[in-house]
Amino acid sequence: MSGWLVRCGLVGGALCAALAAAAEPRQSGVEFMSPATQALQRDDAANPAFLWVKGGAQRFEAACARCHSVADMRGVATRYPAWDGALGKPVTLSARINLCQERHVDAAPLAAESEALLELESFVAHQSRGLPIAAPSDPKLARALQLGAKLYVQRMGQLDFSCAQCHDAHAGRRLAGSTIPQAHPTGYPIYRLEWQSVGSLQRRLRQCQSGVRAEPYSYASDELTALELYLNQRAAGMIIETPAVRP
Amino acid sequence: MARAILTVPAKARVGEVVEVRALIQHPMETGYRSDAAGQRLPSDLVRRVECRFDGELVLAGELHAAIAANPYLAFALRVPHNGTLSVTWQGDRGFTHTESARIDVT
Amino acid sequence: MMRRRQLVLAPAAALLCRPAHATPATLQAAIEAFTGGAPLREGRIRLDVSTLVENGNTVPVSLSLDGAGGSGTSDAVRRMALFTERNPRPDVAVFEFGPLAGAPRVATRMRLATSQTLVAVAQMVDGSFWQHRVQVIVTLAACVEGG
Repeated sequence: MSGWLVRCGLVGGALCAALAAAAEPRQSGVEFMSPATQALQRDDAANPAFLWVKGGAQRFEAACARCHSVADMRGVATRYPAWDGALGKPVTLSARINLCQERHVDAAPLAAESEALLELESFVAHQSRGLPIAAPSDPKLARALQLGAKLYVQRMGQLDFSCAQCHDAHAGRRLAGSTIPQAHPTGYPIYRLEWQSVGSLQRRLRQCQSGVRAEPYSYASDELTALELYLNQRAAGMIIETPAVRP
Repeated sequence: MARAILTVPAKARVGEVVEVRALIQHPMETGYRSDAAGQRLPSDLVRRVECRFDGELVLAGELHAAIAANPYLAFALRVPHNGTLSVTWQGDRGFTHTESARIDVT
Repeated sequence: MMRRRQLVLAPAAALLCRPAHATPATLQAAIEAFTGGAPLREGRIRLDVSTLVENGNTVPVSLSLDGAGGSGTSDAVRRMALFTERNPRPDVAVFEFGPLAGAPRVATRMRLATSQTLVAVAQMVDGSFWQHRVQVIVTLAACVEGG
């Protein structure tokens, strides 16, 4: 299936696009990867991201298990970013973990992209593997969704590209040797081969911004949270794969 | 604390050949990268990995900088009897870690 | 041209970026260090690697004895070694098979700085050496890492 679609992308055939759209037109980034990388993701014993999931399990046991069972965590990642009443705005899963740290564990928040935060996020999100991303339905999220939708089509950077230009208009076609995926956040946190490490969706978004020579939004900023929220709405119904491997 | 995962069946028949997969978290820093300030990051590698079953050698490996980060190894073990499979990684700066798993024969 | 190529190579070769790299001569020297100068024949060992690699940072490779079917005894092989032609250094790994090895095979993941030849060499128990060479093409990640 993935090879088929890549060849269609190269040919740029309208017929292929029409055929694809007749079925589910959305595809996870896993479909755009080489067979070797797909195999890496599918094998839990070989997928390096499981080192982080394992670390997260230990941290969860030490800090979170006083309030939460592991079973409680199933489904949580499908509905984040979510509204936080006290802050009065949406928060991502990693922000939520940090709010728990401050409010309930009486510990300092964990630094963005720190091993501790990535491990916990990997472990929690992994509990939702196989479940579909939930469409954000809370009416309080509407404004953030609008912001996210706006940012997604906004041109930025010296190269003056928007997310939509690559990931909607040119998904499936090639950019400097790689196939452009559709940008669905189905497997985060991911083990990115380029990073040789696990990283968050926000790290990936910031890297895309650097890629078009734009100043990246800060970690945990309202902009990145809004983008995450919008991407989840766009990917609603797609299955979570965490922990995914991506090139 | 190094994270490592050893995947091996918990049970096997005597003489059965089983698959062993070993994964350890380690950057395998090559010594060729520089940080944002342009300073060369010193090399930091896992140099040796040894897998033994109740002390007897299954496989040993000498690793170099060309081994990818978070080194992965997959190989076959012929299970002689009940026992413990141990994989030990050793590397620069005194790095050492052992991960073990028990295999019972049926 | 070389400088621009280095820049474009940055993502896949980020871990291996430096001006020099192994040459056919250093590759040959590394292989000879392993064989002790003994004659090297083609065959018996098999190197499995994707010939088109999308990202050189993590490339699965597998070494086995050809025709062994991945099972059977490993009495015949003592060690297996892997070398590269164009990484900064030619050595990748050397594996030694012990008495409890269940099959003459091992798989790992390596880094490839650029398109090149990989060489797998087996040292058999009878003292003979065998090789298998594979040409690999490495394509590159799209965006240069910014953050």
